[in-house]
Amino acid sequence: MIALALPATTTDEGFVPPTISDTHYPNILPWGGEYGIWFEAGFGKQMLMIILSVVLISTFFLIASRKGKMVPGKMQFLGEMSYGFVRNSVGKDIIGGKDFMKYVPWLFTAFFFIIVNNLFGAIPGLQLPSFSHPGSAYAIAAIFYILWVGIGIQKHGLRYFKLAVVPSGVPWYILPIVVPIEIISNFLVRPVTHSLRLFATMLAGHLIVMLAGSAIEFMATSGSILLAGTSVLVLGGALAMYMLEILIMVLQAYVFTLLAAIYIEGALNADAH
Amino acid sequence: MDNAVILAAGSDSPLAPNMWEFFVTLAGFALLFFIVKKFVMPAFEKTFAERTEAIEGGIAKAEAAQAEANAALDEYKQQLVDARTEANRIREEARAEGAQILAELKEKAGSEAARITEQAHVQIEAERQAAVVSLRAEVGALATDLASRIVGESLSDDQRSARVVDRFLADLETQSAGASK
Repeated sequence: MIALALPATTTDEGFVPPTISDTHYPNILPWGGEYGIWFEAGFGKQMLMIILSVVLISTFFLIASRKGKMVPGKMQFLGEMSYGFVRNSVGKDIIGGKDFMKYVPWLFTAFFFIIVNNLFGAIPGLQLPSFSHPGSAYAIAAIFYILWVGIGIQKHGLRYFKLAVVPSGVPWYILPIVVPIEIISNFLVRPVTHSLRLFATMLAGHLIVMLAGSAIEFMATSGSILLAGTSVLVLGGALAMYMLEILIMVLQAYVFTLLAAIYIEGALNADAH
Repeated sequence: MDNAVILAAGSDSPLAPNMWEFFVTLAGFALLFFIVKKFVMPAFEKTFAERTEAIEGGIAKAEAAQAEANAALDEYKQQLVDARTEANRIREEARAEGAQILAELKEKAGSEAARITEQAHVQIEAERQAAVVSLRAEVGALATDLASRIVGESLSDDQRSARVVDRFLADLETQSAGASK
């Protein structure tokens, strides 16, 4: 936290780097301030983008799936391919069994919700990956945390917690060490890493683009020819980072969905692990 | 150090969530989940199922047509074999019949020939008899004529001359019969 705060301590220098707070745009509607600190931020751009993503995704898939022709057109083909990817490559391959279809809507929704919101960060004008704000990342990780714990309880009853934290085939004298580790890793660390992985990669990527942008602006307008010339190098680096960011945006959506599927599978087959 | 700045940054910690964002994300996910589960997935699954059915139905139809064609081919082959067997049978029958007819004809011809031969024999015998009779009459007349000419007298008494000739012929016959024995 100190490291993140450090840039703010060097405000006396010529270059003023952007900070985390710059990723939070001014509120459109200052709602909820009276509910305390967590609601102070009010209603901002990020939430509009969440809503926009819901509209975009549902519109696209509703149109793509509506006709249901035997020989699909371009849009239907794209929709079917996207749906088939999550359904088969994630749902069927990871969860498998005969009732994986029950969990496909969760995975499908998560994958496209995350990928579209991430890619907003690569679209000029929007230029903000929604999940670089921790609230959204916590929310979606919490959904899956509740989902897979619920699946485990539904499938195995309260015995699920014993199955999840007591690995089979471990000698009894190691159990006092293993069980706390399992509790911490499965029920405490897992949801945190599930959310922070997404949030941190998005925030870092967003910060890099933001930093490069403000650096280019500072250097190009500094009046110094050397600095202005060097800014071209920064621009090249920033473009490369931008491409890498797009890759990471897609990858993180996939990783999140894949991990969600693995957690669900682990809860379903807790007695087999 | 600038404690105030760090503290200010601490209150603006990147890990501190904006609860509006949290709830908007929850609501957005819920809405999207509802739309996906209610409309998008059933539509896609229906299309997938229909397509699978269309492909499998096409395969089944093709298989049925193939089976039908195979059955028809087998039937035709069977019919061909039957027809060949039938033709062979008819040919064999015809051959046997022909042989029988030939045999019958041969037999008939044989019997006919035998009959004709028999008839000819009978006729020849009858003719011989007639010739014998006629010869006997004629020979008698000739002999009488000859003898009358020789003896120069007219043997007009027929009864007597006939008796003489008969006796003469009977002698001839007994002589010839004795000679042939």
